[in-house]
Amino acid sequence: MNSQLLSLAIWVPILGAVPVFAAGSERRCLVRWLALAVAIAGFLVTLPLYTRFDVTQAGMQFVEQAPWITRFNVQYLLGVDGISMPFILLNSFITVMVVLAGWEVIEEKQAQYMGAFLVMSGLMNGIFSALDGVLFYVFFEASLIPMYIIIGVWGGPNRVYAAIKFFLYTLLGSLLMLVALIWLFLESGGSFNILEWHRMPIAMGPQILIFIAFLVSFAVKVPMWPVHTWLPDAHVEAPTGGSVVLAAIALKLGAYGFVRFSLPIVPDASHYLAPLMIALSLTAVVYIGFVALVQADMKKLIAYSSISHMGFVTLGFFIFNAIGVEGALVQMISHGFISAAMFLCVGVMYDRMHSRMIADYGGVVHTMPKFAGLFVFFAMANSGLPATSGFVGEFMVILGAIKANFWMGFAAATTLILGAAYTLWMIKRVVFGAVANDHVAALEDINGREFLVLGLLAACVLAMGLYPFPFTEVMHASVDNLLKHVAVVKLQ
Amino acid sequence: MLNNFVMPDLYPAAPEIFLLLMSFLVLFVDLIFGATHRWMTAMLTVVTLLGCAAITLVTSDGQTTLTFSNMFVDDLLSDFLKLVTYLAVIMMLIYGRQYLADRGLDKGEFYLLVLYATLGMMVMISAASFLTMYLGLELMSLSLYGLVAIDRESRRGTEAAMKYFVLGALASGMLLYGMSMIYGATGSLELGSVAQAMYQGHSEKTVLVFGLVFVVAGVAFKLGMVPFHMWIPDVYHGAPTAVTMFIGSAPKLAAFAMALRLLVYGLFALAVDWQKMLLIMAVLSIGLGNLAAIAQTNIKRMLAYSAISHMGYMVLGLMSGLVGGQLDPFTAVNAYSSALYYTVAYVLMSLGAFGMVLLLSRAGYEAENLEDFKGLNKRSPWFAAMMLIMMFSMAGIPFFVGFFAKFAVLLAAIKAGYTAVAVIAVMFSLIGAFYYLRVVKLMYFDTPVDSAPITAGLDLRVLLSLNGLAVAGFGLFPDSLMLVCTTALMRSL
Repeated sequence: MNSQLLSLAIWVPILGAVPVFAAGSERRCLVRWLALAVAIAGFLVTLPLYTRFDVTQAGMQFVEQAPWITRFNVQYLLGVDGISMPFILLNSFITVMVVLAGWEVIEEKQAQYMGAFLVMSGLMNGIFSALDGVLFYVFFEASLIPMYIIIGVWGGPNRVYAAIKFFLYTLLGSLLMLVALIWLFLESGGSFNILEWHRMPIAMGPQILIFIAFLVSFAVKVPMWPVHTWLPDAHVEAPTGGSVVLAAIALKLGAYGFVRFSLPIVPDASHYLAPLMIALSLTAVVYIGFVALVQADMKKLIAYSSISHMGFVTLGFFIFNAIGVEGALVQMISHGFISAAMFLCVGVMYDRMHSRMIADYGGVVHTMPKFAGLFVFFAMANSGLPATSGFVGEFMVILGAIKANFWMGFAAATTLILGAAYTLWMIKRVVFGAVANDHVAALEDINGREFLVLGLLAACVLAMGLYPFPFTEVMHASVDNLLKHVAVVKLQ
Repeated sequence: MLNNFVMPDLYPAAPEIFLLLMSFLVLFVDLIFGATHRWMTAMLTVVTLLGCAAITLVTSDGQTTLTFSNMFVDDLLSDFLKLVTYLAVIMMLIYGRQYLADRGLDKGEFYLLVLYATLGMMVMISAASFLTMYLGLELMSLSLYGLVAIDRESRRGTEAAMKYFVLGALASGMLLYGMSMIYGATGSLELGSVAQAMYQGHSEKTVLVFGLVFVVAGVAFKLGMVPFHMWIPDVYHGAPTAVTMFIGSAPKLAAFAMALRLLVYGLFALAVDWQKMLLIMAVLSIGLGNLAAIAQTNIKRMLAYSAISHMGYMVLGLMSGLVGGQLDPFTAVNAYSSALYYTVAYVLMSLGAFGMVLLLSRAGYEAENLEDFKGLNKRSPWFAAMMLIMMFSMAGIPFFVGFFAKFAVLLAAIKAGYTAVAVIAVMFSLIGAFYYLRVVKLMYFDTPVDSAPITAGLDLRVLLSLNGLAVAGFGLFPDSLMLVCTTALMRSL
């Protein structure tokens, strides 16, 4: 089965960014519509990935293969399974939202802003579909460049520090991964094919080293406690669109890396080090939950809430049962929608008030009723209210955790309380109560464009919460396959 | 005695002979028309180099031919390196045209010295004996000393030339001393016979290793590796930017050829010994180069330290040919070709980076401080993007050629069992990423200090754009250049 769908998903946004850059920042109207057209085209080409996806198959689909660097047997090898396919759709969808969100608020160099996001979107599709180690790495690292520029150019007052911290932190991890990839290449007798690495037996010593190299790389990206400190900085300083892409997609890259690399390539080391991973994940869930509680800055609060939610994801992966892993994947997608929406909501308020401080708000519901409704809805989803997508993932992971160990599940379940506490307390202070000051009193409710963006996201969150079957259906076969694979010892 | 004289086969040395003859013509033309029509000298210089390229291409048959009593070799590697050298020199001449004219530095001597330096590099690249190697090296170095001091008004330039000369002479002396030791032990100056004599094992090991130390020191000086790097920052800083660009590009190819010919062709029997020396120097270069570059505020100095670290990475490839004293042809070709690839990629990036400095300079103004790059994205988004490509490429971020160069040498190093060294190297490249990021930060995140329009000519703009696109293009499609490097090396070993 040969198709060019994945190549389209990668290259349509990237090549489409060229005319956007070329249009220049003077012609704002043209730039916006062009960027929107490219983003929508980019989303449309990914739709057949879902409609033509064979849910009964566990293997890779839509495979494309071509030699790239013959000297090192590096291939342009693309393919998706039930684990990676949803993220490509999510990414392309979020890109459309980001373009819409930056419609009016970005005044400076809009062409570069839109272009950077389109390039970023293509690169991230590349990460999710690459099946060759070097190809994956190349996309993984190249995606740092547009994000560095986005944070640094359109970010807040402390943007330079945040951008450089973001870049160097992530680079630190990925450089170690590069060494691990080369080691695997040599050990496998000259192949960078990830699927071949999955089958390759490796002794325990090297397995642990490789696991650690991958761990550093992916843990920074997820981010896991204690290497999470770049995230609040990056989120706070990034423009709204940057925060959305970071939270919705970029964080998923790390988690995806665990499923694609760590678990199947070094399963024995994964089992051996699972207690460590679980401990780190639970720390993120509980400790970072408390940290989120005391934040005064809304973006920072959501950033910490992201770390805490991503702790759930890594927890789900390392308890090694189907419901846990699937729950983690659902949680990843759901968090993609919810965190994107939360950051967009803060963005909406920031555009009007130029403040993210909770203390500057109060009684927003009186002046922005439509907005307040949506914001409260997303906040509920963020704290895991049943019938929203936030509930499904968390519930499944908690079930999985209780299956593995009651106390683990108990610790994980505290997030339902903590999450509700920090999110709803923020909502109470920002949305409800009396109108805090004149600025709030002068607020205007969201316009049609903003309503469209938030409304679409709300629909997704609700749909996924009420009827998660279309999402879990595509994952089943791949997750089962993964777990079977991981359960087999592959020591030499 | 004269009856024994055999006319050597001049055919393999045709490009060198052509260049030498043409240089006389350039001299005459400059003498007659130079005062009023300097462009003719420049044109003729470029034509000479193009002619050399044509001759090199036509005479390239993929065979290894030795001539001048085995003192001169013409093989695929030398053809390839010479072609890249011509390209680098021509690019330098185009990049530097306006800069030199604005400062009254486009004297006839400039072009002549450039031609002779190029001739020296060509001889180095084709050297198959200690003697030709030394001749080529001296011809190149002496011309370069002159070029550094070409601006007689500049105190910094004169000082740099002095420093370069004294240290260079010292290094040449060491190299010569080492060569004489090896000659004493093996009884030959030709690299082939030296290698043979060593394999037969009749020579005194102590003398050989003693000589080797001096040879390696000489080579390291020319490559600019720690601890023989002291001249690099001052010379890069002091020389006029066009000359800095020249020193920072083509001579690296010649130095690579020298290292490869001396160490691999001649002294391979001592590989276990020189690999250890290179290992230490590579790690030190990568470390010091990257750390010291952070502290620089002058972009030429920053690029100088970056050059030191890049040569360290290149040597990672050069020292990985022999694994545990066992020769495996595949591993050896892999390692040496990765070093070759790294050198070529570096030359390309270095030309582009200095090209940016030339782009921002104008009559009476040297844009050599990092500050001058502030807000470039506002002044010219296109050239800011070009510099972004150069910087990320140098930092080793994909999709640019610099990443694949680093990838190739790291692969070679890990294959040779230097995994720990590879980890150290990548950690230092993380530190290195910081100062490249800082340049991007200045261009994109800051507001311009210098708001004068960019006045550089069309030739420079077009060349710089092509250079930037080449760095990106060889990154997106790295296969071709890698294969060329591998083939050139494989057919010449």
